[in-house]
Amino acid sequence: MSRLTIRQRQVVWAYIFLLVPMTFFILIRIIPTLSAFNISLHDWNPLAAEQTFVGLENYRQLWEDLLNPRSVTHKAFVNTFKYVLIGMPIQLVTALAIALLLNEITRMSTLFRAIFFIPFVTSTVAIAWVWRWLYQPQYGFFNVMLSFFGLPQQPFLKSPNQALYSITAVVVWQGLGFAIIIFLAGLKQVPETFYEAAKIDGANRWQSFWRITLPLLNTTLVYLAVLQTISFLRMFDYVINMTTQGDGGPLASTTTVTLRVYREAFSSFDMGYASALTVALFGIILVITIVQLKFLSRDY
Amino acid sequence: MHSFSKKMFVVVSLFLLGGLLVACGGTQEAAAPEVVEVTRVVEAEPEVVEVTRIVEGESVVEQVEVTREVEVVVPADSEVTTIEYWQYFFDPRVDAMNRLIQQFEAENPDVRVIHNSDVPYADYRDKIAASAPAGVGPDVATLFYGWVPAWVDAGYLIPLPQDEFPPEMIAEQFSPMVQNSQFEGEYWALPTAVRTLALFWNKDLFAEAGLDPESPPTNLDELAEMAQALTQYDDAGNIVVEGFPVGVPGQAHHWFREVLVRQFGGQPYSDDNRTVMYNSPEGCEAFKYMLAFETEYNTGSNDLFEDATQAFLQGKSALHIDGSFRVGTIAKSAPDLNYGVVELPIGNDVQSTFGSYWTHGITRKAAEDPAVLDASIRFLKFITTPEAGTTWVNKVGELPAQLEAAANEDLLADPILGPFAAGLPYAHATFFVDESAQRQFIVDAYDSVRLAGADPCEALDEAAALEQELLDEFWANHN
Repeated sequence: MSRLTIRQRQVVWAYIFLLVPMTFFILIRIIPTLSAFNISLHDWNPLAAEQTFVGLENYRQLWEDLLNPRSVTHKAFVNTFKYVLIGMPIQLVTALAIALLLNEITRMSTLFRAIFFIPFVTSTVAIAWVWRWLYQPQYGFFNVMLSFFGLPQQPFLKSPNQALYSITAVVVWQGLGFAIIIFLAGLKQVPETFYEAAKIDGANRWQSFWRITLPLLNTTLVYLAVLQTISFLRMFDYVINMTTQGDGGPLASTTTVTLRVYREAFSSFDMGYASALTVALFGIILVITIVQLKFLSRDY
Repeated sequence: MHSFSKKMFVVVSLFLLGGLLVACGGTQEAAAPEVVEVTRVVEAEPEVVEVTRIVEGESVVEQVEVTREVEVVVPADSEVTTIEYWQYFFDPRVDAMNRLIQQFEAENPDVRVIHNSDVPYADYRDKIAASAPAGVGPDVATLFYGWVPAWVDAGYLIPLPQDEFPPEMIAEQFSPMVQNSQFEGEYWALPTAVRTLALFWNKDLFAEAGLDPESPPTNLDELAEMAQALTQYDDAGNIVVEGFPVGVPGQAHHWFREVLVRQFGGQPYSDDNRTVMYNSPEGCEAFKYMLAFETEYNTGSNDLFEDATQAFLQGKSALHIDGSFRVGTIAKSAPDLNYGVVELPIGNDVQSTFGSYWTHGITRKAAEDPAVLDASIRFLKFITTPEAGTTWVNKVGELPAQLEAAANEDLLADPILGPFAAGLPYAHATFFVDESAQRQFIVDAYDSVRLAGADPCEALDEAAALEQELLDEFWANHN
């Protein structure tokens, strides 16, 4: 010990302190994740004393359900991808637009930032319920407004065609504040001199946005795209709180993979199948993240 | 440098010690000796006190029952066995069970019952599922009768010992629907109370619509006529007061299966519970009858005013099908509601209702320790007596499970509980293998007609096919 250099000693101490969060993560993250793989190979009923090993049976069942468009599992996967493909781009584009505007103003910019950020720090359950009421048929805020302007009322959450979009809108709205703040931080990193140089060369604002701002925001964009994709893939709390009895309806039009996991595990007590679903979701998240990192992060 | 390695040593040893403590935590708990208590804190007989509450800006004096804790001396040499009872949180049920536990402990000073009711209804099964693998949880647990097969399959419940709970005694003394707790030739659970469905009507809204507030509908035709007469619309055609919203995810899916299908001449399931039969032509007629309220007569929808139950509580709907347990909810959250209860409308001379119950079973965990098992058996016996049923009906509004207490004249004459009790002899309880999944099939069939324009008979066929798949899977594992 006494032969260690100061540098080595610092490293040892760093490892010792890292041991605490590491132990924590191993116990509550890594081990449960690994045990999910194990559970997915069993016919696992949490109430039972012993669990039967069934090999890949749960995955075979999952594959069969995925190919069957009538199955709720199939619908859950389709819906989850819809949430990602609709929600993520809208959220990023809207947040970037707002961030660009906020970057321009100096007066009251803190106030505006706070206004956009408040939903993000509010409990999702509270937000889900307030929006559920806003969306109510007949007497909900939106329908009262529609009537006021002489427009036809809409069923929103009560319609299998509108419910998914109604929920996506809430998620986009709530997550906006976070994306804006990250974009603003990214925008601050772009050196002012680049814009000045572009101006001298005769570039208009549009050109400097495409040629300077966007390329230099690339890291920020990738970071947000990955993060938001993952959070849309894990959609759960909005759906369970905004649908009747949390069933992901009407007609399974809003249900998600994670909601399926929960129902299979705790209503039908089929932990094995539920774990197979989580493993599948894990795989999907992993692949999408790798692809995004590979194709979106380019060097300029 | 020397002091550095000393520090290092201390830190590493602390880590090791911490790890050791974590590792030993479980075994230490298990090895703890049984506590012999000398004084125990129990709840005294409740007293009635006056409490002033502010309700909508006005102060209201209410009489409230309070229970104080008192210390009771127990002989020091007595071994006290502690058992755990679990149920979900529902105020009246918790009160009623607290009272029963207090009476039981007074009669059985050697048993202490821990009452865990801090579980929201929606999370009840989650908590049970989380507790079982950890080897903790209830010794006696409440469960919906429809969960019995699944819990038995998992080996979570033990069969009720036949010498303590003779099957003949159960068949003779308990409401016939309790037979559904029998599975694979054994009884696995016994209820304190049972429930049936009946029709609630709002007398004020009847008067507003020019109908006799004391003459609720008695048959299916009257129900359809009155529902339309009772519905009020605004100028834009929006429903202001619902005549009759059909709450399929609530209780109406039961009404369809066990009442309407039978009234239209069909049968919901085969006698051996293995085959779905509600998608017969008769069943489809029943389904169309139920759908017509929303799709043709426009008398309301479960989508309005949060849901059908909330609409009735808020005085926004005139007719509502619900169980006797709702009486307690109304007393608590809508005490001023001027309502009546009547037996479910007759259809084609057939009278039927859906019967169901929360029942109590003894778990595998209790059976591991003879003393706990013995205490659990005594406790289960105590909470399923006719007297316990009477305590329960007074607090919760559920009917006593024992026929002796259910046939009580005062109960039958009660204007609110009477119609529910009258339904007991003709009540049917569905044999469920996965209650929430089976409910969802009916909900989806109903929604696909009203929201996606599907053909009613085809939607019902789809539901039946999915449910049959579920039943086949279940029965494949049983003889």
